[in-house]
Amino acid sequence: MSDKPDEKHAGKAQDESDDKTDKNEAARPAEERNLEKAKSETGTGSGVEQPAPEQSPENLPAPTGEVHAVGERRGMFGVSGTGDTSGYGGLVSAKVFPSPSQKPYGGWFDDVAGALEARLEATDLTSAIESVVVHRGEITFHVRREDLPFVAQMLRDDEALRFELCSGVSGVHYPDDHGRELHAVYHLTSMTHNRLIRVEVTAPDSDPHLPSLVSIYPTLDWHERETYDMFGLIFDGHPALTRVLMPDDWPGHPQRKDYPLGGIPVEYKGGSIPPPDQRRSYN
Amino acid sequence: MTTEQDFYAAPGDTSQGKVFTVTGQDWDSITQSIGESAEERVVVNMGPQHPSTHGVLRLILELEGETVTEARCGIGYLHTGIEKNMEYRSWVQGTTFCTRMDYLSPFFNEATYALGVERLLDIEDDVPEKAQVMRVLLMELNRMSSHLVAIATGGMEIGALTVMTIGFRERELVLDLFELITGLRMNHAFIRPGGVAQDLPPGALDEIRDFIALMRKRLPEYAALCNANPIFKGRLEGVGHLDLAGCIALGLTGPVLRSTGYAWDLRKTQPYCGYEDYDFEVQTWDTADSYGRFRIRLNEMWESLKIVEQAADRLAGLEGAPVMVGDKKIAWPSQLAIGSDGMGNSLDHIRHIMGESMEALIHHFKLVTEGFRVPAGQAYVPIESPRGELGAHVVSDGGTRPFRAHFRDPSFTNLQATSVMSEGGMVADVIVAIASIDPVMGGVDR
Repeated sequence: MSDKPDEKHAGKAQDESDDKTDKNEAARPAEERNLEKAKSETGTGSGVEQPAPEQSPENLPAPTGEVHAVGERRGMFGVSGTGDTSGYGGLVSAKVFPSPSQKPYGGWFDDVAGALEARLEATDLTSAIESVVVHRGEITFHVRREDLPFVAQMLRDDEALRFELCSGVSGVHYPDDHGRELHAVYHLTSMTHNRLIRVEVTAPDSDPHLPSLVSIYPTLDWHERETYDMFGLIFDGHPALTRVLMPDDWPGHPQRKDYPLGGIPVEYKGGSIPPPDQRRSYN
Repeated sequence: MTTEQDFYAAPGDTSQGKVFTVTGQDWDSITQSIGESAEERVVVNMGPQHPSTHGVLRLILELEGETVTEARCGIGYLHTGIEKNMEYRSWVQGTTFCTRMDYLSPFFNEATYALGVERLLDIEDDVPEKAQVMRVLLMELNRMSSHLVAIATGGMEIGALTVMTIGFRERELVLDLFELITGLRMNHAFIRPGGVAQDLPPGALDEIRDFIALMRKRLPEYAALCNANPIFKGRLEGVGHLDLAGCIALGLTGPVLRSTGYAWDLRKTQPYCGYEDYDFEVQTWDTADSYGRFRIRLNEMWESLKIVEQAADRLAGLEGAPVMVGDKKIAWPSQLAIGSDGMGNSLDHIRHIMGESMEALIHHFKLVTEGFRVPAGQAYVPIESPRGELGAHVVSDGGTRPFRAHFRDPSFTNLQATSVMSEGGMVADVIVAIASIDPVMGGVDR
């Protein structure tokens, strides 16, 4: 069995892209190019961990329609320093999420995207949708945060869209996605048309504000409170944005990536096992 | 009433108006002063430790006499950080965490998580038929055990203790089946990405058939006890009313939504695990109240029984079929077996990896230590849990551990309706309204 993770990783990525020839064929070369570029730039085999400024992820190009790396993975075993004797400590691979898709998206995705675009054009808000990602049969609309209430209102009320049911908001913290560290992900169900879409909005860590959607989807009351509680995302316009799961006086926002898991070493039969976030692990 | 310092109040707590406290007071003076101001509103804190609040749910009720003018929920007493913990374990280990969330419907937690991971791995079509049928079988048995607890505790809370005792009696039968099939009564971690952990043990199908036959006799008992019982109906009818618009605005799904007459069931509308191949009806009621939700749960148990029967028939024809995907880089390799020293890895498997196949040893080692990698992306596969739409938002950055796993738990969402369901009613009806939502605090707080 090959123990070369870099080849394995690249090969795997290629296999995936080959699988989804139907939808992402157009975006495939860009994704590969970026992977190779990230690897060659950071010097896979050099063994010296010294990234130059122009190689850091914030300097990677990320315009609409291009591949966007949200960080990089170093080494193979998640150990730094002398702990890793495998020789793969210098390995760097980019974390690349599925790239934006090109039309046609296929099936009812085009109906929804078309109806949404038509309505946005009618109101001069064509830039509200930053990108559309179709991956694994699910469609994601990346929406500009200032336009979120308008888009949500339209998704709910327009006859061709009619996404009546919001399944809540889920925060995701990407510490290396510079300028858009905090993502809020909404899942919307259209019971009328039997469709499920995802709407994703981002906010930077330095300005963690998003418009609240409670007035459009009242069910988001607790969900937004939970996302505030866990990620520190402030939903402007929420009627009472307080913590919901953690105690009121809790410091910090536990599900952010910079918040430690916590725990103490456990001793068992003379051995000491460190807490889960300090164990040697694979990344 | 006292105007003195309240020793139990934190600095900054209420100091204006009347503060009722029993600290070092004479009860007579307390009751007297309350009597003087009976027309005033009283805020009552119900819970978090209260037998009728389904676990550690705190209710803050503002009362005017016996009438509730405002009702608010305090939750978070059972928050255990399961979502955060999952980020520090492998994809397969995540199953053991999420199964503990909604402890009355563990298989549903596992199933939605496993379906999300499978979608990201792009192996949805490779999961063997037997694994899917076993998932359906276990989920429907679980739906029955969950509804039984809902009816049992709901009955207990209004004083119908026989409903409680027979409810738990039947639930015990379901848990015995779980124990036979998975080895555990709760927290099974049985449905895993790629399939299920184990094949059916010998004799399981006979036990399931016996159970079905017994349930056909026992289920009518609930109907006979409750359906036309004037006290039962008097307590439930018209209580906790919430119409369709209210349900959708507040995101309520499951029996509460179906009690408005709207037949929304993800098993029919967005089938998963092969639900399109089973013959069953979506149960609705049109009263939009607690009684309707009770009848829906009762009827859904009959439907679940139908599905269990069909699944058992299909399993009879699938003897020896695989229960895990064929991909050796994903499928957990070891089958468990009972040896002289208890349950452990089967000796056949040990012989295979130690003596016969180097490849198998490598796969075993890699899967057990590192786990498998899941391609970057996100997935959300909602399923119909006993309480409504349960979905896992699974995000991977291409690593061996979940980058983020968020569970949209129906109990959490449905509990938001406490206020609208109970304000304006009597205190006693708050209990009935909440029982009709059937929240499980393990799922609410996660």
